[in-house]
Amino acid sequence: MGGCCVSAMLLIRALRDPDSIASLSGDAWNGLIAAARAERLIGTLAFRLEGIAVPDAVLPILDDARAEAARERALTLWEADRARVALAHLGVPVVLLKGTAYAAAGLSAGRGRFIGDLDILVPRDALDDVEAALLAAGWEWVKPDPYDDAYYRQWMHELPPLIHRERDRMIDVHHTILPLTARQTPDAAAMLADSVMLEDGLRVLSAEDRICHAAAHMLADGDLAGGLRNLWDIDCLLAELPEGAQLQERAARHGLRAHVRQAVRLAAHVYGAGAALRVADRMIVARLLARNGWGQETRKILRFGFYLRSHWLRMPPGMLARHLFTKWRKGHRPG
Amino acid sequence: MRYAIGLRIGPASFRVGSAWEAPIAQLARLYRDYPAPEDGIADFTVRLEPAKPWRRFVRPSVFITGDHGLADAAPMALAHGLLAAEMGMNLQMALGWRRHLLLHASCVEKDGRALVMTGESGSGKSTLAALLGERGWRLMGDEFALLDLVTGEVFAFPRLISLKNAAIAVMEAEVEAGRFGPLLKATAKGGIRHLVPRGDAVARMNEGAVPALLLFPRFGFTPEVRGVGQGEVFMRLTQASTNYTALGEAGFLALSRFVGEVPAWAIDFSSGDEAIALVERLWGDVA
Repeated sequence: MGGCCVSAMLLIRALRDPDSIASLSGDAWNGLIAAARAERLIGTLAFRLEGIAVPDAVLPILDDARAEAARERALTLWEADRARVALAHLGVPVVLLKGTAYAAAGLSAGRGRFIGDLDILVPRDALDDVEAALLAAGWEWVKPDPYDDAYYRQWMHELPPLIHRERDRMIDVHHTILPLTARQTPDAAAMLADSVMLEDGLRVLSAEDRICHAAAHMLADGDLAGGLRNLWDIDCLLAELPEGAQLQERAARHGLRAHVRQAVRLAAHVYGAGAALRVADRMIVARLLARNGWGQETRKILRFGFYLRSHWLRMPPGMLARHLFTKWRKGHRPG
Repeated sequence: MRYAIGLRIGPASFRVGSAWEAPIAQLARLYRDYPAPEDGIADFTVRLEPAKPWRRFVRPSVFITGDHGLADAAPMALAHGLLAAEMGMNLQMALGWRRHLLLHASCVEKDGRALVMTGESGSGKSTLAALLGERGWRLMGDEFALLDLVTGEVFAFPRLISLKNAAIAVMEAEVEAGRFGPLLKATAKGGIRHLVPRGDAVARMNEGAVPALLLFPRFGFTPEVRGVGQGEVFMRLTQASTNYTALGEAGFLALSRFVGEVPAWAIDFSSGDEAIALVERLWGDVA
């Protein structure tokens, strides 16, 4: 595999089999830590390595990462609670998505996970009320650009991001899980209807829908940046899928059957017992591993290919050309 | 990365990688008496990369990043590569360090007790610490003072002292030539020259000290000493800390204790000798 991805391989191996770190050299540790930080998996790694003998110099690094993850978790849950209070009078279901959901529901994918923004899903017909309620409770727009704002409202699966003026935390309000321009049209109403209520009244997606969302997010939307972490989420979610779950049927309902199957193969290959990969799977694995021992991105051409693919997935060609031209004129450059 | 060095400064260790040889060679010379990271494992990775692939050769331009980075950081000329490396290490501390409350302050020690000086860039805190470091005090750092979250002690981060503009000549008159880095002309902050701290600062860099006096120096004014209330001290130190918010309750408790126990004064001065006279007088009152 060469120097382009040794540290990404080390990271995967350490997450799969924590005891594998026993014989690492100092330099390998540096590469592992840099890759884990760059992939935002350092907290996850720190929890996986808890209780395992590591060199003295590594101990405080992992302690810091665990403390940071605990703080992140507390901030995230507080932010979710603030959103709950701000939206309570509307009487609409508020479904937590991604990292916040994993933390709130106590799922293994949430252990040590970097979270960042708060993502929620609400019914599409409640979107205006939700927006007004959040603005009234102290959230503000962050996108000053009228093109971006109009683009979000017309084509995206979420409102333009809002940021809270006192707490400086971002919220993404979704009404479905993929852009409206994507080829798949997940059944957001079914996701809301089958969501599971937590103790405080906030909700999370059903076990099957969590996987459908994670697979759609990783494979049908975006350029695979953060892919190793997304795939780790999927691997954890699959391991916690309850007996009798109807994952494939559910995926088919959302038009995500191929994506979920691919996610299952990739998770088994990268973090699990192995799987027979297809050509497209191998391309994705090559992209996921593109990180060197200094935490730098490698395989620039492959990355750029996936960047183009992300736009291709998101919108039809004519619209894509128009969009890229507008962004280019505004000075945006990929990479 | 083509060129690399590992080094330890106080409790923090770094590996600095660079696409060019010069910044690493300069670090190797100036940090030659500093230890390497324990087991070769560094707390932080710093990278000096070409801003664009061709900018490694054509008008070389250094982008500073690492484990922690700022996407919109302005690239620097390769002639300022040493400064870039220093800024890269500071950036990791400012954004990533969680083992102490980080105060943007200079710090010197005598008899196991620490004098902490904080203020805006240009306040003279760095020059004052450098001067005191040559006149009987141990320099603990000119950029960060590390406040222990449990014991309340201050720990050292004695990186190279970053002298700016007029401070360069002041210290050139005080210190032998071999301890200076190259003069970096026309940086974003004017002329900059790095100074290697005295041997005792490096040899004793793991030793903490009990904070005994906090000063808010201000260069360029008629000499004066003013009291500063605890509320104001607290607020100013939260602003001078890069990780106060990130540390949550532990940071609040450590800072409350510091503010409650350490007497604080604002001092104005117009020359180094005035400043040192004021410092020694105030130190005499708390010693």
